[in-house]
Amino acid sequence: MSEKFTVGIIVSNHFGVLNRVAALYAKRGYNIDSLAVGETENPAYSRMTIVTTGDEYMKEQVLKQLEKLHDVKSVVLLGRDDAVSVEHMLIKLKVGPSGKTGVSSLINDYGGRVMDFGEEFVTAEVSGSSEKIEQFIEAARGGGILEVCRSGLISLSRGG
Amino acid sequence: MLRMDYILQKSGAAIVVEELIRQGVDVVFGYPGGYVINIYDELYKNSDKIKHVLTAHEQGAAHAADAYARVSDTTSAVIATGGPGATNLVTGIANAYLDSVPVVFITGNVPTPMRGGDSFQEIDTVGVTMPIVKHSFIVRDVQELRRTLAEAFMIAGSGRKGPVLVDIPKSVQLACAENDELPARPEKGSGSGVYTGSLDDALDALRDSSRPYIYCGGGVISSGTGGDVLRLSGKLGAPVGASMMGIGAVPDSYELSLGMSGMHGRYGSTVAMAEADLILALGVRFSDRATGNAREYGKNAKIIHIDIDAAEIGKNVRPDVSLCGDLRIILPELAERCGGVTPNASWLSKVAELKSADAEVAAGGFTPRDIIRLVNGMHDSSTIVATDVGQHQMWVAQHYRFEQPRKFITSGGLGAMGFGLGAAIGACIACGRKRTILFTSDGSFGMNLTELATAVAQILPITIVLLNNGVLGMLRQWQALFLEGRYSATTLDRKTDFPALAKAFGAAGFAVSCINELEAALLAAPDAGPSLIDCSIDMDEKVYPMIPDGGTLADMLY
Repeated sequence: MSEKFTVGIIVSNHFGVLNRVAALYAKRGYNIDSLAVGETENPAYSRMTIVTTGDEYMKEQVLKQLEKLHDVKSVVLLGRDDAVSVEHMLIKLKVGPSGKTGVSSLINDYGGRVMDFGEEFVTAEVSGSSEKIEQFIEAARGGGILEVCRSGLISLSRGG
Repeated sequence: MLRMDYILQKSGAAIVVEELIRQGVDVVFGYPGGYVINIYDELYKNSDKIKHVLTAHEQGAAHAADAYARVSDTTSAVIATGGPGATNLVTGIANAYLDSVPVVFITGNVPTPMRGGDSFQEIDTVGVTMPIVKHSFIVRDVQELRRTLAEAFMIAGSGRKGPVLVDIPKSVQLACAENDELPARPEKGSGSGVYTGSLDDALDALRDSSRPYIYCGGGVISSGTGGDVLRLSGKLGAPVGASMMGIGAVPDSYELSLGMSGMHGRYGSTVAMAEADLILALGVRFSDRATGNAREYGKNAKIIHIDIDAAEIGKNVRPDVSLCGDLRIILPELAERCGGVTPNASWLSKVAELKSADAEVAAGGFTPRDIIRLVNGMHDSSTIVATDVGQHQMWVAQHYRFEQPRKFITSGGLGAMGFGLGAAIGACIACGRKRTILFTSDGSFGMNLTELATAVAQILPITIVLLNNGVLGMLRQWQALFLEGRYSATTLDRKTDFPALAKAFGAAGFAVSCINELEAALLAAPDAGPSLIDCSIDMDEKVYPMIPDGGTLADMLY
């Protein structure tokens, strides 16, 4: 049975590492749903958070193959219950003839922030679970979406 | 007067050669070019410490180094220039990758400031080779060069071995390192001594089994644990089979040795594997060529899988018990503790029956089997036998009796036609330039025959036994069996005179058409340089037994 799973990877902060990790998925025909990369507290390392959809076999292979990469220092599976996860989105919404009120209240309802606006658009930042982001997109669809940019999920294990 | 900084400084090119020597590389294979000319200059200056073997093509160098590493149980090295030099290595790198052979490939590249400018002979070598290396490096700073090279050797030769590529821009070769320090020499990969999985579970499964079968892969050879396998086999009363990469792990003459199983395995070995109630798989990756239909594989047996690479466990076949670690640590312990098993007499007699089913019938004909048996009989068991890829390769795997590991040098995972001659060159040099056999075919030999020039220049006593059937035999066999005899593009229609070709390269050449002529040619083969024996065989000879692609024992053709 296929399901989404999230992997947190600590890698050397080095050119080409992203290629190796991505190639490992591509070689097996596994699509990456989202990928977020950034430096960790130690600039020698980066953290990648990768979300993929696959069955148990694929999950096991991905984890084991990642472990084999020389540039990979650690790999953890970040399950829904044992990790905190968040995604960021920038979304540019069309402002209709009725003005900004509807758009603004939608953004407020989702705890978003207006980052930029003009006569005919509002750009908002919304963050939260991927489900929340998707709900927002659905809710905004009627009013008209101009552009969307999602960060991909970032995730840390729970506890100290 | 010499200035101190002059004394302390060392060029990147000098560091490359010095580090190769320090890593114990005494022979390096390669081909010079503009982006490695300074490394070659250092090789020239150090020719008393490291020998360079110039091949005709970088692919030949890669296959030679691959075979050198297999024969000598060391990490070997190749040097090639950037661009075409690097792309010519690709098949050789892939071959080493799929057969887990430790080779360090050193490539030159454009000076760092020109990188990415599509400069002359510029290729993203690391990008091109990324999926077929264990790891790769681009060295950007000469200060990191020595450490990087040492790390490359460490990675190539430890754990599951494999090729590592180090791409060194010309500017780094020319730059001088200050206070170049020697990194500590990494320990030769002796394994960490730690393994995961339960030995007790494996022992329980072994004790419960009445028809155990030990299945050896390349891992048994690369770990040198054939002796432990024999001990286990004796204690358990278990026959020993092999994947193609595992041939030679235990002596063919050992009474419980059944040889290769799988698609073109020996009948007895494949049947024993299918009838076993337990398969103890050691250092294998359950290739589709070895298992046939993976879903049906070992359906009636418990499978114990022991391998150094955790990612192989459960990848192709799901084991009942698995242990992950170095066979050198696990097998002695397993052999030590598996006492109390009484070998099953009826299984042993079945094994004896199966082994005798594969015994030769006396023949004086000129079939591939006759040819291989004659060559086998005329050379002692320390002789190295390289092959190319195709029918002849399978016939050698089936009919040559390998008594020692590291004597059968073949392209397993990649199945690269053209591997053989380069490999025979590397193998011959690795074994002290003793008589080396290459079994090849007109198809495979046609791919890289320019390396005859190398074998002649190096005065290598390689006997090339060329099974000449005028066709691409393995494909023709598939076309005959599965495509109603539509021989698309597999009939060669060439007029190549192989003995004359050999002579043109400066080698000896013979054409033979019966077993007596072959014997005479083998006796006449000179010691000072290679010889080629062109053996005409029937184009419709087939490799049997055969389990068609994705099939099971029930589908076996023989």
